[in-house]
Amino acid sequence: MKINIKRDAEVAEYEVDLENKTLLEVLSEIKTTLDPSLTFSSGCRSSVCGSCSMIVNGKEVLACSYHAKDGDFVEPLKNSEVIRDLVVNMDKAYSFNSKAKAWQSSTVTNISLTQEDEKINEIQSDCILCGSCYSACPVYAVNEEFLGPFSLTRVWRYVSDKREVDTKDKIDTIQTNGVWDCTLCNECTLVCPQDISSKTDIEKLRARSSMAGYMDPNFGSFGGSFLSGDDGSPSF
Amino acid sequence: MIKNNVIVVGSGGAGLVAALSAHASGARVVVITKEYPTRSQTCMAQGGINAALSNAGEDSVESHIENTLKSAHGLADEDAVRSLCESAPEALEWLDSIGVPFSRTKDSKIAQRTLGGASAARACYAQDYTGLKILHTLYDRCLAAGIEILNERYLLECITNKDEDNTPYICGVSVLNKRNSEIEVFASSSVILATGGYSRIFHKHSTNSVSSTGDGIASALRAGARVSDMEFVQFHPTALKGSSILISESARGAGGFLLNSKGERFTNELAPRDEVARAIDEEIAKGEDVFLDIRHLGAEFIDEELPQERKLAKLYENIDPVHDLIPIKSVAHYSMGGIEVDKNSSTVVDGLYAAGECANHKVHGANRLGGNSLLELVVFGKQAGENAAKYAKGFDKELELSEQKSSSEKFIEELKSYPNEINFYEKHALLGELFYKNVGIRRDGADLENSLIEVKKLIEELPLMGIGDQSKECNTNLIEFMEFKNMLELSKLTLISAICREESRGAHFRVDKPYEDNEKFKAHTIINRDGVVCYED
Repeated sequence: MKINIKRDAEVAEYEVDLENKTLLEVLSEIKTTLDPSLTFSSGCRSSVCGSCSMIVNGKEVLACSYHAKDGDFVEPLKNSEVIRDLVVNMDKAYSFNSKAKAWQSSTVTNISLTQEDEKINEIQSDCILCGSCYSACPVYAVNEEFLGPFSLTRVWRYVSDKREVDTKDKIDTIQTNGVWDCTLCNECTLVCPQDISSKTDIEKLRARSSMAGYMDPNFGSFGGSFLSGDDGSPSF
Repeated sequence: MIKNNVIVVGSGGAGLVAALSAHASGARVVVITKEYPTRSQTCMAQGGINAALSNAGEDSVESHIENTLKSAHGLADEDAVRSLCESAPEALEWLDSIGVPFSRTKDSKIAQRTLGGASAARACYAQDYTGLKILHTLYDRCLAAGIEILNERYLLECITNKDEDNTPYICGVSVLNKRNSEIEVFASSSVILATGGYSRIFHKHSTNSVSSTGDGIASALRAGARVSDMEFVQFHPTALKGSSILISESARGAGGFLLNSKGERFTNELAPRDEVARAIDEEIAKGEDVFLDIRHLGAEFIDEELPQERKLAKLYENIDPVHDLIPIKSVAHYSMGGIEVDKNSSTVVDGLYAAGECANHKVHGANRLGGNSLLELVVFGKQAGENAAKYAKGFDKELELSEQKSSSEKFIEELKSYPNEINFYEKHALLGELFYKNVGIRRDGADLENSLIEVKKLIEELPLMGIGDQSKECNTNLIEFMEFKNMLELSKLTLISAICREESRGAHFRVDKPYEDNEKFKAHTIINRDGVVCYED
């Protein structure tokens, strides 16, 4: 099969004699037999380390879980600095976990969780930080300070956990360049290899923010007329 | 200025626990990783982490110790095992306190399951993503503590100096910044290696990440540390037949069967891994195909407890374990041996510590129990961090690093000047085939000798290999060549250790010496850089 790979400004075409293989296997075959300069990241080969995220035919995938087809067009993730070929610099995306304070604020003991409690953030804690969601996010594309999908999902993971005793600080932290900047377009959900919906998590964080007294700043500019509750009473 | 500094190399579970504990002990900590934190081998651990909590039936620390010692076939250090197992409940309590999202029992306790060789349901788990969830929570903790993490730096050397008594002590590390190929030298009074195992020697016949290339072990050797028990490489019984991707032992723990082509069970599925792997290997040698059967567990149970296994089987073997048999084989999974450390996680180089799979704390002996490796990295990661911090605090020696940058640059220039007449990637694939065939589940003295000749030949041929990519930007071709070089060194030591151990014990099974020889070999194989072997209790 023939595979086209974006390498800086150019597109390189490679032909390999492989069928029914993952894209990662195809890339490895190219690197080890045809062109040792082709550069990409990989790790576990089993969809759990998040190293080999890239774009195929316009959509973010993990190379190790995508079955390559003849004519595929492969590019690096968007919205991050390309270091070389398919390798991007993840430092910035990772830094949002710190900015969003995506951790449990203190260590706690003697808080027991039920099976229901555990289910609340089971899927969110499946996140592998592959960065596909930052690549697909149209808000991050125009606002480089937007905390972004995976770190907001991570905040929800901790906020929704009974072991977090200071949710207020968590909610305070995500008001600027955070939950209200998202357009709920759902692109992050569509590309997540772990079936996480950051969009849904952001909606839940918005609800928590409202409960904590925050308002959607986008509505504020309309003079507050949209701010009445279901029964018509002012909700602020 | 350098006093009180601790550098941790590696950002898997052991590295991050060590970093947290050194930080809590007052040290200035920097973590250096060749990838990013959370991308390490730890994220691939699926089944669980052992602690005798009795949350799912009666258990005791004594049983945990007993099971671990039995599985180790006389090669574990009883005190170290005791320390590991006694610390386990506390380790779990700590993980729970920092937010690890463990699965829960009906009465709101951490859920536990049975793994091979265990007399009770002892492995605490988070579905079958246990390692992933522990690792990510540890990473979040490091961010909360403000620990500095330097990504994409490849370890070149552990730098040492010698004091007036001629004892080596650590001065720091030199690394290659992968992004621009610059050599960076970090001075430090103390270094903790947490760089993982070397099962990638087996190439495609390994469950491991492509990064498990033993860099830390090889650099520790070059710095004067000792390594031990290198011949003990664990084969995981159940990897997917086509891709060598791991299917967790928890599938058997939950009642999964191993079947041959005739649909017959042929072994106790919950025996320790060495026994199960040998039984599978025997069936395959008879011409049978071997399958894992979890169909009877039902879709609901599988989706609840083993979601990753179902996903992996669908993705990489194109079968659905709810309806189909899973074709499997046994492949290299875990390095029991590694950098020789004492009961303080210290090597013979002052200030150089090691934890996790790269280290040999002598708790696994000849065969590791499932669920003990995640435990090990928490317990000994903490110990290494505390002791490194303590050492760094009292550090009062001179650091000598002036030559290091230029010597590392010279080393890289030399590698880049190799003619690249032989493709090292092909040789790595060849090495993997050789090891799987001759240094695998069943070994034979003559085959081991021949393999050593082959490996020595490959080492001699290294100057004819080299790289085809001379770029300074993100040169993964160069990194992979250095990894291959390290793997060849470790291959040689593994083979020499396996040849010298003329007996069978745990994962080291010699068809020409099929019995344990306690008189001669109930001892640890210590090997130095030159391949000289001695045995110590």
